[in-house]
Amino acid sequence: MKPAPFDYVKPASLEEALELRRRHGAESAILAGGQSLVPDFNQRLRSTETVIDINGLSALSSIEESQDMISLGAISRYREIETSALVAEHAPLLKMAIPEIGSPAIRNRGTIGGSVSMADPGAELPACLCALGANFELARAGSKRMIAAQNFFTGRYETALDNDEILTRIDVPKNRVGFRSAFHEIARRKTGYAMCGVAAHGKVTHQSVQNLKMVFFGTDDTPMLAVNTISVIEGCAINDVPPAELDAALSEDLHPSDDTHGSAKLRMHYAKVLTRRVLAQFVSAHGEE
Amino acid sequence: MTTEKRLISLSVNGELQAKIVEPRMSLADFLRIELELTGTHVGCESGVCGACTVNINGQTARACTILAVQVEGDEVTTIEGASESGEFRDLQDAFHARNALQCGFCTPGMLMMSAELLTQNSKPCRQEIREYLSGNYCRCTGYEAIVDAVETVAQTRNARVGEQDD
Repeated sequence: MKPAPFDYVKPASLEEALELRRRHGAESAILAGGQSLVPDFNQRLRSTETVIDINGLSALSSIEESQDMISLGAISRYREIETSALVAEHAPLLKMAIPEIGSPAIRNRGTIGGSVSMADPGAELPACLCALGANFELARAGSKRMIAAQNFFTGRYETALDNDEILTRIDVPKNRVGFRSAFHEIARRKTGYAMCGVAAHGKVTHQSVQNLKMVFFGTDDTPMLAVNTISVIEGCAINDVPPAELDAALSEDLHPSDDTHGSAKLRMHYAKVLTRRVLAQFVSAHGEE
Repeated sequence: MTTEKRLISLSVNGELQAKIVEPRMSLADFLRIELELTGTHVGCESGVCGACTVNINGQTARACTILAVQVEGDEVTTIEGASESGEFRDLQDAFHARNALQCGFCTPGMLMMSAELLTQNSKPCRQEIREYLSGNYCRCTGYEAIVDAVETVAQTRNARVGEQDD
């Protein structure tokens, strides 16, 4: 056995889970899909005294629709999101991204709440949820709060989630008329770890892109909204974005570093390539109408 | 630190099992050590290599990233169970015929994934086969023979369905 020893509890209700979280705090870990947490235990990158398994909380597994948004329970599995008709219709960006996450065997177990809470800088869904302007519900015993996706991710594997809280729900605004999504990443294998990726969402007309959110992952410690790049793209005709300005803006927005998977220079090159793919996709998507 | 062991009961390959385990024991170690089902191989222990792939309640999963205590009440099928029932004998035969294995370490995982792919997509193209198996490492074959074997089985199964329709 590889992991350090821990106790295991599987609460039957959210109230019970929150009470356990209140009691154990920093000495507890929430087990959702376990597709990052258990490998971390196996490699002893992480240890804890008490594992709180939230897989018995059926209230956290639903995907529901309200007037303006769809709400995903924190333990919605990648596979469920990938095959959800509601997601396909109202948040197609998520459906585009999920085939890039891990093996199908991983996607059968992994959860959206787990991905968000883990805050892996190479993860797909945090970037998508920032691009879509999603909000997260964080619960603690006796109270709840909402936080915007872009304020949630505070560093590499670091989030605004307190030690006595559990991420319970993710609200994604429904796609509005004229808005398009694009998702691209570069990895060594189809389901491998992204060396660089981008999630984009904006209003696309035959002339331009407006209200654009373009969020990179794999380049910085957190999902990175490319503000300078966005302003270059929004300021030009969609077919006529000047490449030099685009590349200069990307160099200001992103801060990749060298690691064993690739150099900073390579990642920056990928970011430039992916930005062009996003623009090409927006142009062709509009042409289809 | 000492932790409390727990009694778990589950179905493995159709047989009810009840064992007392430590919470930190993975399902892969549980199958191999407690039940002596060593066809589930342990490679990377971080969900990357796919050698430990089993089926839980009808879906593939990585037995190294799941704790044994989590599968309480579940139905687990390992390569031993699938071999005995013959549910994908044609895949096993095709792997053998096409030399889609050399050392055999990845083969149980490859078979579990290939079987699931063919239940979801009866006519996968080579690219789709590669993508579905891209989370399973093989360090011997170069994958070409594995893709051939899965493609052959898909074609043979479809031809058989075609004959039945006639």
